[in-house]
Amino acid sequence: MPEGYLPLFLFLIVAMIFPVVALGFAKLLRPSLPSGAKLEAYECGIKAASNARGRYTVRFYIVAILFVIFDVETIFLFPWAVRNQALGWFGVAEIAVFLLILIVGYVWAYRKGAFEWV
Amino acid sequence: MPANLFPAPVEIFRFLPEIILALGGTLIMVLEALTGDRQPKNALGHVSLAALFAALVAAVAVHGSPGPAFSSMLLVDGFATFFRVVVIAVGILTVFSSYRYLSREGANTGEYYALVLFSVAGQGVMVTANELIMIFIGLEISSIATYVMAGLLRDDARANESALKYFLLGSFATAFLLYGIAFLYGATGTTNLTAIRETVLRADGPSPLLLGLAAALMLVGFGFKISSAPFQMWAPDVYQGAPTPVTAFMSAGPKAAAFAIFLRVFVTIFEPIGDRWEPIIWVFALASMTIGNFAALTQSNVKRMLAYSSIAHAGYVLVALCARSDIGTAAAMFYLAAYALMNVGAFAVVAYICGKGEKYVGIDDLAGLGSRRPAVAAALTIFLCSLIGVPLTGGFFGKFYIFKAALESKLIWLTVLGLLNSAVAAYYYLRMLVVMYMREPGEATENLEPLPAGLRTALFTSAAGVLLLGIFPSRILEFAVQSAKLFGR
Amino acid sequence: MQGVPLSWYLILSAILFALGVAGFLFRRSIITVFMSIELMLNAVNLSFVAFSYQFKQVDGHLFTFFVMVVAAAEAAVGLAIILTVFRNRATLNIDEINSLKY
Repeated sequence: MPEGYLPLFLFLIVAMIFPVVALGFAKLLRPSLPSGAKLEAYECGIKAASNARGRYTVRFYIVAILFVIFDVETIFLFPWAVRNQALGWFGVAEIAVFLLILIVGYVWAYRKGAFEWV
Repeated sequence: MPANLFPAPVEIFRFLPEIILALGGTLIMVLEALTGDRQPKNALGHVSLAALFAALVAAVAVHGSPGPAFSSMLLVDGFATFFRVVVIAVGILTVFSSYRYLSREGANTGEYYALVLFSVAGQGVMVTANELIMIFIGLEISSIATYVMAGLLRDDARANESALKYFLLGSFATAFLLYGIAFLYGATGTTNLTAIRETVLRADGPSPLLLGLAAALMLVGFGFKISSAPFQMWAPDVYQGAPTPVTAFMSAGPKAAAFAIFLRVFVTIFEPIGDRWEPIIWVFALASMTIGNFAALTQSNVKRMLAYSSIAHAGYVLVALCARSDIGTAAAMFYLAAYALMNVGAFAVVAYICGKGEKYVGIDDLAGLGSRRPAVAAALTIFLCSLIGVPLTGGFFGKFYIFKAALESKLIWLTVLGLLNSAVAAYYYLRMLVVMYMREPGEATENLEPLPAGLRTALFTSAAGVLLLGIFPSRILEFAVQSAKLFGR
Repeated sequence: MQGVPLSWYLILSAILFALGVAGFLFRRSIITVFMSIELMLNAVNLSFVAFSYQFKQVDGHLFTFFVMVVAAAEAAVGLAIILTVFRNRATLNIDEINSLKY
């Protein structure tokens, strides 16, 4: 077993014991008065409109797909940001080309009406 | 870190064909988005053709200044130029044969042409790649664009299914390939093919276990991509369901590019452990030929039959790889060029006959084509003869060189079994010819529209190409042998 | 190397990859099959990072970036294809998507 990982395992054990102990004590101490209102998803909030496992409108998928792409593309900005000084103007030029391509993609999606909530 | 990271102009020049294709594709997308539906008919298709022709010229021009580019990420050599020309030519023929089909299906959009350009650009990256990362990125650019093309007809349930299967199996294959790449990197500590080869050849080379694992996993990945048995099961469904011009494209372009990179990786990097993978390829080649040909015998759908035949043809090319010689590599190159032309041509004929919604794709629907449209029938005859391997066609010399290379490498049994397979194959191709010439015209051939100009160009160009490869094979073969000699050694 | 040896990472990566393959082969929901492919890709990423750490290089990390971006692009295309399939057939069970046969 590689040493140096010992604190991590200790932490793991504490993390597993803590909820058991806390919930167990609470169970012993508190009065038990179950009622329908307490089983709602949001006990003190608005009544839930429907089950969370229902079907969503397809528009969310389009938003999600666009988000995934544009979000993940930023991954290429991080290496550049870290080595910005060393890369100099070459880095700036590369990132400019990269962002330009992304902007073209954005303009295309915009003109195609992908962002409209129809 | 080197002081000047900017690439030299010559390096950008070596990458010019792909730059043209990528810019052309982007331009088409932007043009379509900005003009809406107001472009003149086929205008965006013409833009894509212009880009493809420019890329073709560039690819030939770049051959004049071979060498590495972008810190040796890409390598332009004869092998790369050969396949670049093949994949760009496939792109051109696809666009020509798509015009009428797309407007008939109401899908004549710029996206399609942009996707063709992106896919060809990806294949261009693949065939010039000299770096594992580039192989992966090129493969994915090409594949992802092709997945979308297969599902282009959004309301067609068959096309959806085809796209889904292509996508799932394609991604599955990519994961295997990638795992192989990871082990190759782990075994050698570099991702550059030239450096990997140097490491592999060193006396204290990489661990044989890791190298073998890498070769096995990459073999699975490539096996899927080139639809060789035992990884062929997706091909018939995907080829049958996809829109016919897309089938033509994906059975030729991505396949040729995948073979190119397959050859490059196995003939250069894994050559030192060749004794271990040769028997596996031997089995793959035989299984592909046998399964492809015998399954094709029972098909009634032309597209499905051609799909099985394309599996068989992958088997023939694997025979050339099995030979593990320069002449084998050259034979594979020649065969792939001939195969691309004859296959695109045959599918272009199907795209002409099939009618709206691909109603007429049965072999029986070819009945009477010979009397109704003699020119189309003649072109199809040339393609089928070439697929059989009749002399004076490109397919004949392709097979001839492959089996010659196999015999020189003492693969006698594989050659015999391969030749027997070719004889079986002749049966189902000849059946199409018989139906076409001997039978009375049916519903499909009675109501054929006149041959559109685009399709005519595609058909006659590929027919001429097949004949050219069959009558004057020596110059192409000479080029292939030269490139195979220099390559990787 | 200090800490966890390389082989542990590779074994974990191999297990994850095998789980992905098993999921791909045996699950019937397309979404799950698709997630299995993502699992395979991420298993490969783990190998890349482990090797990269072993060699004290950045090549493997770099490869991981590209794999992640390409996986995102694949996910976008894949989800779009799955959506069109669902719209046309109202099912995502792989066994029911079998219209392409002889």
